[in-house]
Amino acid sequence: MDVDGPIISGRDLRVHYGDREILHGVSFDVQPKETMVILGGSGSGKSTLLRTMVGLEKPTSGAVWVGGTNLAQASAAELDEVRKKIGLSFQGGALIGSMTVGENVALPLREHTNLEASTIEVMVRIKLEQVGLIQFQDFMPSELSGGMKKRAALARAMAMDPEILFFDEPSAGLDPIVAAGIDSLILNLKQALAVTIVVVTHELASAFLIADRIIVLDGGHIVAMATTDELRRSTHPRIQQFLNRVPDSEVSDDVDHLRLYTDRI
Amino acid sequence: MPRLSVVEPLSVIGGAVERGLVYLGGVAQLLGRAFAHAFTSSLKRSLSYQRACHQAMVIGVGAVPVISFITFFIGVIMALQGAYELKRFGALHLIADTVAISITRELGPLVTAIVVIGRSGSAFAAEIGTMKVTEELDALETMALHPIGFLVTPKLLAMLVMMPCLTIWADLMGVLGGSVFGVTGADYTFGTYLSATRDALYMRDIITGLVKSIVFALVITGVGCQEGFATGAGSEEVGRSTTSAVVTSIFLVVLVDLVFTAIFYVTGGA
Repeated sequence: MDVDGPIISGRDLRVHYGDREILHGVSFDVQPKETMVILGGSGSGKSTLLRTMVGLEKPTSGAVWVGGTNLAQASAAELDEVRKKIGLSFQGGALIGSMTVGENVALPLREHTNLEASTIEVMVRIKLEQVGLIQFQDFMPSELSGGMKKRAALARAMAMDPEILFFDEPSAGLDPIVAAGIDSLILNLKQALAVTIVVVTHELASAFLIADRIIVLDGGHIVAMATTDELRRSTHPRIQQFLNRVPDSEVSDDVDHLRLYTDRI
Repeated sequence: MPRLSVVEPLSVIGGAVERGLVYLGGVAQLLGRAFAHAFTSSLKRSLSYQRACHQAMVIGVGAVPVISFITFFIGVIMALQGAYELKRFGALHLIADTVAISITRELGPLVTAIVVIGRSGSAFAAEIGTMKVTEELDALETMALHPIGFLVTPKLLAMLVMMPCLTIWADLMGVLGGSVFGVTGADYTFGTYLSATRDALYMRDIITGLVKSIVFALVITGVGCQEGFATGAGSEEVGRSTTSAVVTSIFLVVLVDLVFTAIFYVTGGA
């Protein structure tokens, strides 16, 4: 993924679920080694954007370049090559339930590398050490708490030493202390690994803490792409509403809801 | 009096047939991809082999006790039911033939298939369905581990090996069940019952049963996994796809059984 310029870029990206357009032509760039936070409320299309960036959703039009490959037109083999260089930490962990935590972390290493079993064992221990789960290597995912699952998922995402790390709602569903722990873990990784990090979240505090730049998504449109300082100074009404946690009125809520189904309103 | 329209019922039937064909097409496509992954997968061969062996243990070895009991009892039942009629003709000595032929040609493969549907077909749908709901399938994909190659191919290979093995075992247990009646109710010894069974059977009786069992393996794996992948969002959907996997598999297994029995009959195998 040695590319000049942005490591991820979207150009006029449109994504549909059935007849419903979720992303209405978004364009953005993520620079190498920066931490980009995609911020938005429920239904804003932020998870869809993340899924598109890792090739789980095919855009209906537009292009999404990840490390020099356009995922919209990539073959299955090209997509696999990109995926070996990225790691995604899922919202609920998505650890394989029939394998222990250690086996989950070892899985991509076993399948994609020719490393000795003993080397893989050492690497698994290093990754688990980094997320503070070394003593839980032989536990099953069902025996872990929500926060531990997320950390284990992060260890698995880091297993192949990816160039881009994606996080889907890293602090959702966690108590504030555990959520803060995940935030500081991401900050530590940012300093230690010098990787590109893309985080999807709706947590303002966490977004401003970890981000270099923030994309604010609303109803499938990008309303802002700016550094944290620029964003704080923004006068855009929707951003101010989001930053100040002002609820939608009944009527605008309906409009927002309708906007999900049609872009004409 | 309004004229009865012929078009409406026809379109209903046509719609149902079309949906059925689309479904079968989907199952066939899934099986085709699973086969393709067996030969051209990017996954490590040795690890795929390990997964297939693990599946073979769960699907095959795990089913031996329950299949043994069920087919043994069915062997006894077939002997009792057959004897009821044969006795009237004074032909009780044919009981070994009756049991041997009905078990090897029909009941061995069918009962095995139904037990495997209940144990494994449902488990395939539940496992893959749960993995879909918890985003584990997405996780596999983002790790460049193709879910079909990772999950379906090992199950398919295990089923293709274990179904015929289980069927042969079921045949044996059925015959043993029949021998219980043969020894206690008819004038056989255990040895004469077995040799009568051996004389009654042709190789083709066993082969037709095994051919069926291989097709059953395809149906059970295809439907179970297809239903798993088709699971929608939410845990109740997992229950729905599991139920659907069992019902559809049983229906298709009996349908396939009918078709193959008819083919064997027409081609002189019967």
